[in-house]
Amino acid sequence: MKIRIKFRKFGVMKFIGHLDIMRYFQKAIRRADIDICYSEGFSPHQIMSFAAPLGVGLTSDGEYLDIEVHSFTSTEETIAALNEVMVEGVEITGCRILPDSSKTAMSLVAAADYELYFKEGYTPPVSAEDFSAGIREHFWLPKEFLITKQTKKSEKVMDLKRLVYVFSVEEREQLPYFSLMTRTGSTDNLKPELVLEALFGKMGLHYCPDAVQIHRKDIYALKDKDSAAAEGLLSASDFISLGDMGDLI
Amino acid sequence: MTKPALSDEILMRVEKPARYIGNELNSIKKDKSKVEIRFAMCFPDVYEIGMSHLGIQILYDMFNKRDDVWCERVYSPWPDLHAIMKEQSIPLFGLESQEPVRDMDFLGITLQYEMCYTNVLQILDLSQIPLLAAERTDDCPIVIGGGPCTYNPEPIAAFFDLFYIGEGEITYDALFDLYKTMRTAGKTRGAFLREAAKLPGIYVPSLYAVTYREDGTIAQFAPLYEDVPAVVAKQLVLDMTEAVYPEKPVVPFIKATQDRVVLEIQRGCIRGCRFCQAGMVYRPVREKNVERLKDLARQMIAATGHEEISLSSLSSSDYSELEELVNFLIEEFHGKGVNISLPSLRIDAFSLDVMSKVQDIKKSSLTFAPEAGSQRLRDVINKGLTEEVILDGAEMAFRGGWNKVKFYFMLGLPTETVEDMRAIAQLANETAARYYDTVPKEQRNGKCQITISTSFFVPKPFTPFQWARMYPPEDYIGRAKVVNDAVKEQLNRKSIRYNWHEADVTVLEGVLARGDRRVGDAILKVYEAGGIFDAWSEFFDYKRWTDAFAESGIDPDFYTMRERSADELFPWDFIDTGVSKEFLRREWDNAMAGTVTPNCRARCSGCGVKKFGGGVCYEDKD
Repeated sequence: MKIRIKFRKFGVMKFIGHLDIMRYFQKAIRRADIDICYSEGFSPHQIMSFAAPLGVGLTSDGEYLDIEVHSFTSTEETIAALNEVMVEGVEITGCRILPDSSKTAMSLVAAADYELYFKEGYTPPVSAEDFSAGIREHFWLPKEFLITKQTKKSEKVMDLKRLVYVFSVEEREQLPYFSLMTRTGSTDNLKPELVLEALFGKMGLHYCPDAVQIHRKDIYALKDKDSAAAEGLLSASDFISLGDMGDLI
Repeated sequence: MTKPALSDEILMRVEKPARYIGNELNSIKKDKSKVEIRFAMCFPDVYEIGMSHLGIQILYDMFNKRDDVWCERVYSPWPDLHAIMKEQSIPLFGLESQEPVRDMDFLGITLQYEMCYTNVLQILDLSQIPLLAAERTDDCPIVIGGGPCTYNPEPIAAFFDLFYIGEGEITYDALFDLYKTMRTAGKTRGAFLREAAKLPGIYVPSLYAVTYREDGTIAQFAPLYEDVPAVVAKQLVLDMTEAVYPEKPVVPFIKATQDRVVLEIQRGCIRGCRFCQAGMVYRPVREKNVERLKDLARQMIAATGHEEISLSSLSSSDYSELEELVNFLIEEFHGKGVNISLPSLRIDAFSLDVMSKVQDIKKSSLTFAPEAGSQRLRDVINKGLTEEVILDGAEMAFRGGWNKVKFYFMLGLPTETVEDMRAIAQLANETAARYYDTVPKEQRNGKCQITISTSFFVPKPFTPFQWARMYPPEDYIGRAKVVNDAVKEQLNRKSIRYNWHEADVTVLEGVLARGDRRVGDAILKVYEAGGIFDAWSEFFDYKRWTDAFAESGIDPDFYTMRERSADELFPWDFIDTGVSKEFLRREWDNAMAGTVTPNCRARCSGCGVKKFGGGVCYEDKD
């Protein structure tokens, strides 16, 4: 049986990297006495895969891992059993049973949305209103939003508009909060800070990575695989949250 | 959630921020307004090493079981963070509360190896506590040293307010109670230390004076006051089964060196190898009851979710219920995704059978630790392993499908000759020959692989070899070269690999292991010159040490190159480990005569620890 588990990661847990989160869950699943399937061999490992690695420093409300189990009581009991053995900073918020034929979250990932905001102690260089105007002027109105991406071997010019589905800003308590939904996955993965940094550049502002907290809100698959053919024309409505797939029992 | 002591900017900049944030599963948080004693428990090395140490886990659990004590963990900040903390004057903090160590009541530092001494100074410095005990005021934490290196605490005596000699389970309750009483009564730090010195196992170095002879040896070591005991007795647990043990150990987020449940099956060793300090100071052997171990194994796996369980002891094959325990572990856990890792067991039919069940034979290797290549030298060191036992064990394993063998030896042992060194290569060659003689060509899984590793012997206090001399670094390297050349001459040389260690650090360990109070000045100078993480070869700088010795007017050769006379007063002689100096000297004489001493179960050799009233000395006599 395939199960998808959704969790939040917050507080100091943002400093725990992806590989260590994987190890953390392997141990947590044993503590919670979940009847997980193991691989064969002398060093059996749990059948488990994560949707999309979250970078160190990022918090999230929508992280996913898929596991295979021999037996299962209910989604609610599984959530409770896991939350019983979590540390502060990781919370299980969802659990769904998936059809046996379903693909892993990892292979389905197509987009993710983020909130980016200024950390305590940092003052935004301009107001939310100015940022809003900047996004409109520099990002949405032009036909392209080109950046030069430095890879190990070469420089690559990319058009970010093709990979960004949401980019907006709102004001809360006089501070700007940015919303970004970007292409995620094995091809065309776009980190949200790259978009924000490019916007700052175009607005003539200095972008300080230390100042900005990046928070992932959710991860998405494409609703209709075929729409992948029409890459350039995708919008937020073409995606479904990984947490909305499968059933509750 | 506790706010981290370090800012996001710093945590994002340093390697492995998880070392510094705490919050691990099973770590203990308490309301600080409801505890009376705050204790910072430190392992002065990087988090991944420190978190793997069993002794600290035992004490952490034991202290926190008291409602009035909150014990937190502290490890050495890696050099990247060290630089930031120095530059920004950030005080070192406890992982649980993220609050400064300097505000706590005690700072306990475990001393597991000599090369951590500069890291002890780093901990004090970053905590913003004066490095010298003499300069501390009433508002500084009481700095306590514990662990194996306290069997000669003298080189670092100036940096500690007190040392706890022996196993931690015994005297801490009395120490905490005394502290509370004295504080309530408004007594000073000095008054507390004076009273603490009267507790069993507590050594307060500032209350003792040392005088030296003209030749540099110690003339007298004596307490300054009549009410301070002249001899400090090692503390030990008599009932290992009833002793506290962490049922819910802390589970690190990053991979620690020991990322597994560790079951301590017994303490001490019956073997009496003459080079081994642990084998002497942890006498007598005391076993933990097998039913208690089974119970602990179940609880600890459930509480941690670890995927591996391992046994801890100095010589697991000597544990009387080993077969029952190992079979239980395999039945209970194997097949549930929990690996069983077995420490180097004596190679015999039982251990090979067990290993074939829990390991992949093709990947695993057999381990032998003969420590010396020739039978003559093995008799000198009292390592009761014969060539016949090694070769027969290897043959049995080769028949079972193994083809990798690891050998561990020491070079520079007392009385060692070129023949003894060459015998290392010959033994490896004989083992390889046994493989080719035993396993028919068509059944072989390639060549056999024999790996020889040698380390250099460092004489330790409270061993029969405490009188032994050492050699200059180039002499050690010369010995390794003899082995290397001999390996190249062997018929089966293509099946043999040889690794050896650096020699500089060996000599230094020698100075620190048997040094006296005068050595402390050099340690301080090394730290002041930037020396930290000396146990890490990438940070160790021999010249920094030789410079410091020169500046302090210390001749390292005095500590390393001399064979001590029988009647020399050692810096550590004020400690009573239970093993008498007469016994150790008798064993030195036996070593020089090449006479083997039987193990504790075969025959009592009258080492002196019978006075404790427990353990192997009283087996079958209940």
